[in-house]
Amino acid sequence: MATVQTQPRPAQPSERANTLRLLAFPLMAALLLLVMVASTAFGAAEIEPRIVAQSVTQFDDTNTNHLVIRNLRMPRAVTAALVGAALAVAGAVMQGLTRNPLADSGLLGIEAGAALAVMVAVLYLGVNSLSSFALFAFVGAGVSGAAVYAIGSVGRGGPTPIKLTIAGAALGTMLASITSLLAIMHPLSYDQVRFWMAGSVAGREMELIAQGAVYILIGLALAILLGRQITTLSLGDDIARSLGLNVLWVKLLSALAVVVLAGTSVSLAGPIGFVGLVAPHAVRFFTGPDYRWVIPYGALLGAIFMVVADVVSRVVMRPMELPVGLMTAAIGGPIFIYLVRAKVKR
Amino acid sequence: MNTFLAEKLSLAYTNERIIDGLDLEIPVGQVTALVGPNGCGKSTLLRGLARLLKPQGGSVLLDGAAIHSLPTKQLAREIGILPQSPVAPEGLTVRELVAQGRYPHQHWFQQWSSEDEQALQHALQLTKLQPLAERGVDTLSGGQRQRAWIAMTLAQETNTILLDEPTTFLDLAHQIEVLDLVHNLNQQGKTIILVLHDLNHAARCAHHIVALHNGQVVAQGTPHEVIVPDVVQRVFGVESHIMRNPVTGQPMCLPVKLAG
Repeated sequence: MATVQTQPRPAQPSERANTLRLLAFPLMAALLLLVMVASTAFGAAEIEPRIVAQSVTQFDDTNTNHLVIRNLRMPRAVTAALVGAALAVAGAVMQGLTRNPLADSGLLGIEAGAALAVMVAVLYLGVNSLSSFALFAFVGAGVSGAAVYAIGSVGRGGPTPIKLTIAGAALGTMLASITSLLAIMHPLSYDQVRFWMAGSVAGREMELIAQGAVYILIGLALAILLGRQITTLSLGDDIARSLGLNVLWVKLLSALAVVVLAGTSVSLAGPIGFVGLVAPHAVRFFTGPDYRWVIPYGALLGAIFMVVADVVSRVVMRPMELPVGLMTAAIGGPIFIYLVRAKVKR
Repeated sequence: MNTFLAEKLSLAYTNERIIDGLDLEIPVGQVTALVGPNGCGKSTLLRGLARLLKPQGGSVLLDGAAIHSLPTKQLAREIGILPQSPVAPEGLTVRELVAQGRYPHQHWFQQWSSEDEQALQHALQLTKLQPLAERGVDTLSGGQRQRAWIAMTLAQETNTILLDEPTTFLDLAHQIEVLDLVHNLNQQGKTIILVLHDLNHAARCAHHIVALHNGQVVAQGTPHEVIVPDVVQRVFGVESHIMRNPVTGQPMCLPVKLAG
């Protein structure tokens, strides 16, 4: 006991750099806006910043460059931001819910389930509006998530992080190969879905994005409202229950938020891994483990990460374009290995 | 709270019945220790008393009301329980952990109130954790960590506190520290039920000892009534010599050999 404090009593549940937490919000929001603007300025065609600005202030629907910006690049930046925020929050919620630092909707096979369901809906049921295949994505996400949890819970110690991750990898790979098989069996559709299957935020129409945005905003709002409950739940089921938390309800609502967020982002952009792993862990460095902060900040950082990854995917092999899912995996993979080594205790 | 009792209580995990038709009355305002060998059902009973385990039969009654039918948040203002060896999320500070104890007193959008702050400070003071309030729980020693979790339970401001093996895995000084804390809390009027491994610890801090074997109450009463060679042999299968503790006057158990 080296120090004895006689400070005035703090008025907040935590003294942890609150000013830093409050300052970070406008900073990150500004950064997100900046990278989204940057995203509209970069692309296969080189368009001067002046013309980018003009496309907003003096839109001319006969100017090809204006059309490229309005119809291709802006929707793309918005999709990337929405999907990034959704995946980051889905990851954060699952990490709190399962007390598993490795939880991510990509790694746990949830996105693969959603992707397979969307594929089946598109190929066999003739579904082609996002609002209807989002519903298939929700079902696919829910079923594969539940299956991974059930498989990962078998045996000693229940659903440990490592067992869940292995179950997710196994089931996810299996579902992804079925999705690939379906794509190969339908070569005409294959060209259209090839990019989507690898994860891409390009080529979405504004109408689709608007539908997706509604689902994602509902999912984000639900997760933010549950932040406090998820923090309590992250102490363990028994502790949470003894503190008067309705554990079953909180888990069901959280799972619903995960399914909506991961399912919608898959229907918009295909399966994209690691965002849910990278963004929440990065914000915990300054927010601490309280989900009331991790969730909103994770959403912002996830959006920034995804927009940046998308810009990078367009410029590294110019004029060729890489699927953004490859970029997030390239960045997320090493971080995943670090987390396994540093955070997972047997 | 006026009465707290188990009536024909049966508890089980999936298909294994651990406790079958047990009756028990917990003396209010006292310290009750549940003792017995590994697997005797003492932790299971504690979880049942704290509604963490749903009874297969019978009930746990708090002032005559079955706790499994009470709203969980209301019950969380009456009974606090600390399960065995809990693990805090990485990076959570002592202050943040203890603040979680206020959960049952808060509502969806309620801000941190001055009562919350008062309860938190009081809990930190009782557990002597004020100097460590901003430290991460995962950076503390075993004894400090146990105190932090107990502080969280105290911030709950319940009249009854249940502790599952609070001294296990602690070194001697920290064991004494936790037992003294239990004594202090009881002095402030709290009813305490704890699971203990060590009979001498039970004799040191409990008014009432319940000895369990195979899910049955073998004996219960004051330390002098329960800690006798016959009960020790029936519960633990060990022949023992019982002496008088020269400092406290309580009985002391010296195990001699396995009962043959």
